[in-house]
Order: sequence, then structure tokens, then C-alpha cells
Amino acid sequence: MQYMLLIYTAPDAEPVYGTPEFQAMMQGFSDFNDRANADGVLRAGEALQGIETATSLRRRDDRVETMDGPFAETREHLGGYYILDVPDLDEALRYAAMLPVAAFGTIEVRPLMSYNPANG
Amino acid sequence: MVAAAPPALAITRALARVMRQDRGRLMAALIARLGDFQLAEDALQDAAASALIHWQRAGLPAHPRAWLIKVAGRKALDRLRTESRSASREAALAELASLDQQEEAADIPDDRLRLIFTCCHPALEEKSRIALTLRTVCGLHTDEIARAFLDTAATMGQRLSRAKNKIRAARIPFTVPGPDDWSDRLQTVLTTLYLIFTAGYTSDPAETRDLCREAIYLTRMLLSLCPDQAEVEGALALMLLTDARRLARTGPDGGTVPPAEQDRALWDDAQLQEGRLLLHTALLRRRAGPFQIKAAISACQMERPQPDWPQIVQLYTALLLQEPTPVVRLNHAVALAETGQLRSALSIIAAIEAELDGFQPFHAAAAAICARAGKPAEARAAWLAAIAASDREADRIFLRRQMARLPPNPD
Repeated sequence: MQYMLLIYTAPDAEPVYGTPEFQAMMQGFSDFNDRANADGVLRAGEALQGIETATSLRRRDDRVETMDGPFAETREHLGGYYILDVPDLDEALRYAAMLPVAAFGTIEVRPLMSYNPANG
Repeated sequence: MVAAAPPALAITRALARVMRQDRGRLMAALIARLGDFQLAEDALQDAAASALIHWQRAGLPAHPRAWLIKVAGRKALDRLRTESRSASREAALAELASLDQQEEAADIPDDRLRLIFTCCHPALEEKSRIALTLRTVCGLHTDEIARAFLDTAATMGQRLSRAKNKIRAARIPFTVPGPDDWSDRLQTVLTTLYLIFTAGYTSDPAETRDLCREAIYLTRMLLSLCPDQAEVEGALALMLLTDARRLARTGPDGGTVPPAEQDRALWDDAQLQEGRLLLHTALLRRRAGPFQIKAAISACQMERPQPDWPQIVQLYTALLLQEPTPVVRLNHAVALAETGQLRSALSIIAAIEAELDGFQPFHAAAAAICARAGKPAEARAAWLAAIAASDREADRIFLRRQMARLPPNPD
């Protein structure tokens, strides 16, 4: 079963670039990638650029509205994701707990619907 | 026709007994095979309806549980054939077809431990864990659960159906956790069972199903499925020690009576004895956990001629290391005040005030501590806040009684 791990962090809680803490976080991601790859469960994963680069769009009454920034004003923002293929939720949660961001952000774990347009 | 009535009644009773006593076991075996809570529930219901007819005609089968499982399997097959609902349907069909070929077994495997851990999975909301456990393992009806938690039957039904859907859609596994997760997951299960117990302890005595009994039944079941677990023994001891005082907790005026002032002739001695013995066994294992500490505190509160407050202070200090919550700090402050350490008690009260504002036990404890520390004005204000925050008449009577003991206002 495929699960998406959505990685949410508050910008002020993240380690600052160039500090040893930042180094440790990057090492944590690298270890995670190695582990998930070796276990054969990693299907995809990317980090997103900051919310200052985001544009939100919606169509209302045939009019397209675009807005600067993310749609929802929340303290924690989506910063990246992984897609893992594991047998059940317990396994997915076990991997989520290994992500370095789990220590200061939140990982939302959601099963994918068994429908992928890219395979169609 | 008159002669046929008693056996028919006996069969109805026998079926009701199996469905009541073995509900958890039957549901567990079905869920293990079908991988679907709702389908298992529906199929078992169909099998019970079928049993009522067949058993009255052919008599009680030699192995009623095995009979029910086999028929429920067929009923599930029928349901799956008529509704084409999921991708896992084919697999379930094949599994059920092969099952139907097998010789009738004398008994069914015991999968109840897997069932309890799945119902109390941390990925489900706390209230859903409680509701699902009561529904699936104890067989309470949705409206009975709804009443216990002051919800409408419709809201509770939606909650149960959301929980069952999440188990299926997010694929929460039907397993007992491994050694890495065991202790955390066991605490989640025990907390769920204890919440069922406390809901029963504060509910209307006229309720049809006594949730204290259900919680004790579930915890006994858990202990029989994983024996020698100190925390399970501790949780059962805590429930037995608390439940033993049930008749004594309300006085002649209808007000709550604290353990220290209760009429001990009203305590259930056999239950106290069992609780103390279990606690003793648990503590000998030297793996102290929050439930054992709380059971030990409960036992100390029943010491005579008065509660062993110095020991209770120590136990709360130990509990704080494991559960540093405002409520535990509040109870620690109460115990400190009882040993005369009023200054420490007052400083804890001040530190947790913001977090516990509006919580009845906080205001009641603050009042008692202020009264003892010679601050009658503060005590009076806190008692009034406690009375305003109470939702039970028994507590209001107790609080008014406490407030009346204050020395009269000097002005």
C-alpha cells in the first residue's frame, strides 16, 4: 500500500542554514533515503521551495483567481513529501518517525487512493 | 405447544449468552479472516439470526462458537457476492470459500489480543477507541455507548463508522505490536480501558450497562491474554480498589464522600483484597508504571485510621516523573497540604492555575488548601468557582458542606 508522508514545519522552528543543526538534519534525510531505498519502499520524495515562491489558484464562476502564497494561513507549511510503499499503517508510521523533521515539525501520513493518472 | 416453550427459551438464552460472553472472540476471529470490521459485524449479526432458527429446530450445536463462525463466514460470502465493493473482495472470497471446505473445528482461534490492540490503535481518536472497544469487544449497542458519552445515537454511529473506515482505508494492521512498540501501545490500551471505567464511575447508576463492570471485564480479559504484565495488573488493581468503594462514595445527604471519611463497612472487602493482592504481585515485578503507582495511591488512601499521606506524596513525586501533567501536579499539591507542606502546595496551585482554570477539582483543591493555610477569603472564592464548575449535584453538595466548615467571616 502506498502512503504519502507530508512534511510540515514552522519556518521559525527549522534549523538555520549553515549551522551544525542544519547539517544534522540534512544527514538525517540522507540516512532516511538510504534506509528507505535499501528496504525497497521508497517510491518518490522531494523537498519544496519556500512558501514565498508559492502561488495559489482557484476558479470561481469561470474566473481564475490567483493569489500569492499558500491558500491556508497556518503556522506550519508543507515543506516536502515522500511516497512509500509499505504493507500497513504501522510500517508507514515507523518510517515517518525516522524523519529528522518529526523532532520539530509534523508528519502527516495518508494512504494514496489506488489510482495513479501517471500510470494510465 | 406449552411444552415446547421452555426449550425454545433455553435456546434463546444460550444464544444470548454466547453472543455476550464470546462476542470479542467471535468478532476477533471474523475480522482476522475478513479484514473488515463492518463486514464482520454484519455477518455475525446474520449468523445470530440464523442460529435462533436452526438451534430451535435442531438443538444447541456441540460447538456453538465454531458453528457461529462457520455460518458467519457463509453470510459474509453472500454479502460480498451481492455487493461488489473493494479490490480485496476476490481475496476475501477465496479465503472464505476455502474455509467453508474445512472440517468443522471444535473451537476457533483466540484473536482477541489483536482485536483489542487494533480497537485501541493510536491512529484513532481517543473517544473512537473507547466506542469501538465497547461496540466490538463488549457488544454494547451504539445507543448505549452514545448515552454513556452524552452523544446522540446518530453522532456515535458516525463516529464508529468513521473509525471502521479508517482502519480499512489507512490499513491499520490487525496485529499485536512488536517489542519496540509494546509498552507505548499497552499504555494506550490501558488508558482506553480506564477511561471506560471512569465514564462508568461518574454515570447515572440507572444505566443499562455498567461501564465499570465492562472495563473490569476487559482488563481481566487483557490480563488473561498477556499474563505477568505489571501494568495490566496495576490497572486492574486500580479499578478494583476504586470500584470497591462505590457504595461508600455518596453520603446520606447525596453528597460525595472522600475516601478518608467513608464508612468502611460499605467497602467491598473481597474486591479490595483482590485489588491489593494484584498490586502486591505487580510491584514485586519491579517495573513500576503509572497504573501501578495510581493503584498504590488508591491503596494508601484507604489506610486506617487515616490515609498514609507521606507515602502518597512520595508516590505522586514518582508519578510526576512519568506523567508530568497539571492534574498530577494538582494531586501532588493536595497530598503536600495534607502533610502540612502548605507553602509548597500553594506555590504549585499558583503555577497550574492558568492551565486548570474552570476544572472543578482544581478549584475544590485550591479552596481546601487556602482554608488550611488561613486564607478564608480565597478559599470561599475558590469554592464558589468549584460549585459553578460542577456538573454533578453530589459534588455540589460536598463542596457546600466543605465551605460551611470555614470559620465565619471576621468582618
